[in-house]
Amino acid sequence: MKILVCITHVPDTTSKIQFTDNNTKFDKTGVQFIIGPYDDYALARAVELRDQTGGELTVLNVGEAETEPTLRKALAIGADKAIRVNAFPKDAYFVALQIAHYAKEGAYDLILMGRESIDFNGGMVHGMVGELLGMPSISPVMKLDIEGQSAKMAREIEGGKEYIEVDLPFIAGCQEPIAEWKIPNMRGIMSARTKPLDVVETISDETFSQVNAFQLPPAKGAVQLIDKDNVEELVRLLKNEAKIL
Amino acid sequence: MSILVYLEHTEGAVKKSSLEAVSYAHALSSKVGGEVVAVALGNISFEELVKAGSAGAAKVYHVADEKLSVGIIQAHANAVGQVFQKVGANTLVLAKSSLGDAVAARLAVQLKAGLVSNVVELPETEGGYTVKRSIYTGKAFAETSITSDNKILAVKKNAINLKTDGGEATVEKFEANLEDKDFAAKITSTDQATGEVLLPEADIVVSGGRGMKGPENWDMIEDLAKELGAATGCSKPVSDIGWRPHHEHVGQTGVKVAPSLYVAVGISGAIQHLAGVNGSKYIVVINKDPEAPFFKAADYGIVGDAFEVVPKLTEAIKANK
Repeated sequence: MKILVCITHVPDTTSKIQFTDNNTKFDKTGVQFIIGPYDDYALARAVELRDQTGGELTVLNVGEAETEPTLRKALAIGADKAIRVNAFPKDAYFVALQIAHYAKEGAYDLILMGRESIDFNGGMVHGMVGELLGMPSISPVMKLDIEGQSAKMAREIEGGKEYIEVDLPFIAGCQEPIAEWKIPNMRGIMSARTKPLDVVETISDETFSQVNAFQLPPAKGAVQLIDKDNVEELVRLLKNEAKIL
Repeated sequence: MSILVYLEHTEGAVKKSSLEAVSYAHALSSKVGGEVVAVALGNISFEELVKAGSAGAAKVYHVADEKLSVGIIQAHANAVGQVFQKVGANTLVLAKSSLGDAVAARLAVQLKAGLVSNVVELPETEGGYTVKRSIYTGKAFAETSITSDNKILAVKKNAINLKTDGGEATVEKFEANLEDKDFAAKITSTDQATGEVLLPEADIVVSGGRGMKGPENWDMIEDLAKELGAATGCSKPVSDIGWRPHHEHVGQTGVKVAPSLYVAVGISGAIQHLAGVNGSKYIVVINKDPEAPFFKAADYGIVGDAFEVVPKLTEAIKANK
C-alpha cells in the first residue's frame, strides 16, 4: 500500500503567540516548531499500517526550507521518504492544490493528515484535496483499520461517533486516539539522515484568500476569589454581574 | 445575490449553532443586501424548518432524501452545492462543526470560493471583503481578505446573538441530483449520546479534571451540570485514562468550546486545556491548589476541595431558582 501523510510545521502548543512587523508576521523568536499534533497522530497510524501491510510511506509538507527538520523528524518516526513543496503556504486552497497534484502523481492508496493545523485551525485542506481528486474525504477520524481494499473507521461527531466503511483510495483528517504518538529512536534518527527528501516546485499559485494582519485578544482581568464557605456569593455574581443564571 | 445557510440538525431539531449561522447571514444581508435562504438535508419536520424564519431566513430548501439524514460528507457537499447554484447565491454561511467543516471544504473547491473558518465577526466590506477569524486555537485573530467572487464563512459559536424575532420562512422541496459515488463512504452505525446537551453547542459547560480522583465521582459534576442545564466536559488526562469518553475532552486537541460560562473543577489549567476554553465569556475555577495556573485565566475562583465546594454550589444554585 502506498500511503501519503501531509504534515504541518507549527509552533509547539506551549508557545507564546506574538507578532512582528506591525502585526503582519508571526514572531518566531524563541518558538520551537513541531509536527502538527494531529498530523503526528496521522503519521503514527500510517507507520503502523505500513508495517502491517507493507508498502511505502511518504510524508509531504508545503513549506520553505525551514520546515526540513520537521520532515526529517517524520522520517525518523518511520516515513520512508519526504517531499517538500517549496513555497510559503499562502492559504488552504493553495496548499490543497499542491497536495492534490503530488498525490495524483504518486497514485497513493491512502492520504492522511491531521484534522486541522494548530496555527490556522482551518480543518479544510483534506476536504479540498478530496474534492480536487474526486475522492471521499472523511474527518475527524479517530480510529482507522484497513482490510484489503477497504477501510473501517470511526469519525467523531458532536456527542459521539459514527462508524464508516469506504473503499480505497480516500483521504482522512485524523485525531486522537487513532494511534499513540511515536517518539523517534536513535536508529530512526540515524536512518532519517540518509532517507530521500525531494524538494519540488509549486504547480499553481492560485489562492482565494490572504491574511492582512494579526491581532492578540485583549488581556484578561484579575480573577475574583470567593471564599469556599460562601458559595452563595458566586451564585450572586453569576446572576447579577455575569447575568448568566 | 442570495446568502445560503447550511442547516444541520440532530435528534429531529435544527441545531442552535445553525440558527446562529442564519442570524449571522441575516445581519450580513442587512449590510450587503440579498435574500437569506437556508438548506436542510434529510429527515426533518416542517415545524423545525420554519424555525429558520425566526432566525432571519426568508426561505428554506428541503432536500428530503432519506439517505441524507446521516452526514455523508460528499453527498451533503454536492446537494448544498446544487442549491447554491439554483438560488444564485454568492455566499454560503454555516456553523463551524465536525460535519460543517468537512462539507465546507469540498464546497470551496466546487464553488471556487474563498473559505474562512472560525469567523468571529461580520465582514468588513468597504473596499474589499475582510473577515476576522480566530486562529492559534483562540490565542489570536487574523484579518483575512477573501479575493474570490464566491465566499464561504464558517461561523464560530457566539460570533453573533441568536435572532428570534424574524418572520415565517417558506419551505420548498428540492430534488438534488446525487450519484452512487457521492455515497461511497457508508455510515454503518452511529453511537451518540441522546437527550444530552451537546458539548460544542452548550451555553454552559462543567468540566472535571484529575482532581476528581476517579470516574465514580462524576455524579457530582453531573449534578452541578444538571442544575445549570450544562453539558459536561473533561481534561485530556481524564479522557486518556478512560474515566470519560473522548468526545468530552476539551482542549487543544479535543473539543473547543465557547460557552457563556465554563466551570472547571479540579483542572490545573495546562496551556493545552486553556486553548480549548479561551472563547468562553466567563470562567469559574474550583481548585484546592491556589497556585493552579487556571486561576490566571478565570473570572471567578474558589480555592477549596471540590468534594466540599461542588455539592454546596449545586445546592446554592438550586436554592436560588
